[in-house]
Amino acid sequence: MTPKAAIRAEAETLFAAFRAEGALPVETDILQPAETLLDLYGEDIRARAYVTADPLRGEMMLRPDFTVPVVQAHMAHGAEPARYCYMGEVFRKQDSPSARANEYLQVGFELFDRTAPEQADAQVFALFARLLAPLSLRAATGDIGILMAAVRGLSTSDRRKAALLRHIWRPTRFRALLDRFSGRAPMPTARAALLDHLQKDSPEALTRAAGTLVGLRSAEDIAARARALIDDAATPPIAAPEAALLYDLLSLQAPARAALNHLRGITPMLPAIAPAVDRFAARLDALAALGIDTETLPFEASHGRTSLEYYDGFVFSFHAADPALPPVASGGRYDALTAVLGAGRSIPAVGGVIRPGLVARLKGVI
Amino acid sequence: MLKIGVPSKGRLMEKTFDWFGTRGIAMRQTGNDREYSGAVDGIDNVELVLLSAGEIPRELSAGRIHLGVTGSDLVRDKLADWPAQVAELAPLGFGHADLIIAVPAAWIDVDTLDDLDAAAAAFRAAHGHRLRIATKYHRLVRDFLTQNGVADYQLVDSQGATEGTVKNLTAEAIADITSTGETLRANHLKILSDGLIHQSQAVLFLARAADWGAAERATLATLCTRLGLTAPADL
Repeated sequence: MTPKAAIRAEAETLFAAFRAEGALPVETDILQPAETLLDLYGEDIRARAYVTADPLRGEMMLRPDFTVPVVQAHMAHGAEPARYCYMGEVFRKQDSPSARANEYLQVGFELFDRTAPEQADAQVFALFARLLAPLSLRAATGDIGILMAAVRGLSTSDRRKAALLRHIWRPTRFRALLDRFSGRAPMPTARAALLDHLQKDSPEALTRAAGTLVGLRSAEDIAARARALIDDAATPPIAAPEAALLYDLLSLQAPARAALNHLRGITPMLPAIAPAVDRFAARLDALAALGIDTETLPFEASHGRTSLEYYDGFVFSFHAADPALPPVASGGRYDALTAVLGAGRSIPAVGGVIRPGLVARLKGVI
Repeated sequence: MLKIGVPSKGRLMEKTFDWFGTRGIAMRQTGNDREYSGAVDGIDNVELVLLSAGEIPRELSAGRIHLGVTGSDLVRDKLADWPAQVAELAPLGFGHADLIIAVPAAWIDVDTLDDLDAAAAAFRAAHGHRLRIATKYHRLVRDFLTQNGVADYQLVDSQGATEGTVKNLTAEAIADITSTGETLRANHLKILSDGLIHQSQAVLFLARAADWGAAERATLATLCTRLGLTAPADL
């Protein structure tokens, strides 16, 4: 068998396993409208997806993943609850010749269910763990929901919380903001100078004095942000003990049960995370009931923060021993994405993908 | 034969000729001054190829020239993983220009990338689309903004008169090269205090993909000795 045929055979096997779980096969277009993906992921996606032009439909992208079109298909005409599976190529531009594949098969499984999200998380993870068990992979799990709950629970302004939440998937930026909001980093001199200037007169007068205003961003937009900056300068830093808890949470890395105990320990000091920690506990119980050893299952509170930015709850991945290889499988919960794509409607959703090419390679069949 | 690509007109060509000339290698245009052909004196087995500066990165990447003089901004923007494709033999000390991000001078609330990011988030919420940045340096600008954690922006292509895009309402900010900043000021724009993306200058590049036979290596060694340069060890 040629490598491609062997990979295809591997994919068929995984696909059949997903179908056996009652998943409905879905087909999606390879050419996806660029606008939707750009609005979701921002310009960064351009560095990773192939962009092409259609004379009538405008900018299109070669499918960089299945989640978006599958959610769209479900939102357009899906019944609830639903489980879907799919198999096909995805395309990822590679900027260096270091040869990660730029075109590869993905086989995926998605579960849309309102009733018991933690059960759904556990089912998806246990299914992937079972299918991949022969490969003895290292699992990694996390829960972005706990981090988000911790940010929402901070005793600081809504604006600061929104800024942190907006950058939750950009760890460097998030860290810089947190350092500033908690007073660990001094105010940058540029910001101090800007605030100094803003104190001198009303934003409107200062804007007029700065010369001709050009462009679509209006004097009102400018004044609104100028006032927000002045307000923010008067906002006291996040209290040191609270900030310390968040830093602690960012670096929390432990076997899942131990992580749960740790989180239970800090919950009295950060009560806002209690519901998210309860969900974490319920998920671990559901995982244990499905035969996953939660005493040893690795957990990292920051896991999944650098991949495509839509996971907002449970996240997981499975890795081969060779650190140069991309994850063999990855997935997670993306409730917020369904709201963005659903135009007012949403449904809790969790799912993941497997790369049959890597499975075949690790099995030694290619 | 070792081929050197040099910009085919204007100050870049003259300055390149001067640079080589003061080091004992005379480059000149042959025929009349509109004809794109040239010659090199003072060293054997070197051929002068006159090209548009913008095409030199592509020619280097393809290995159709062995060496080439062009702006470091163009190489970084046009070539993916540029250090894998070309080596910098020498900065030439001219053709200086800064690739910067500029916003309207009347944006009294925006001075840094941090401000730009926050303004972009508010702009998107208020106007229903991402804040547009006009540029022709897509790769450099996108990589820079990604590294600095700026979100909620979009790049719009502008191949010229980029400073005018804001007034014409086709962009809210720009990323372009500037040397004196005069055109920016004339168009009511200011540079972000941490908005310097790249300080560009003319650089003599070596193409890794070119055909480096024994003869070309020998010529390169001679050339490097004459110019006081070191050829890359991993060639």
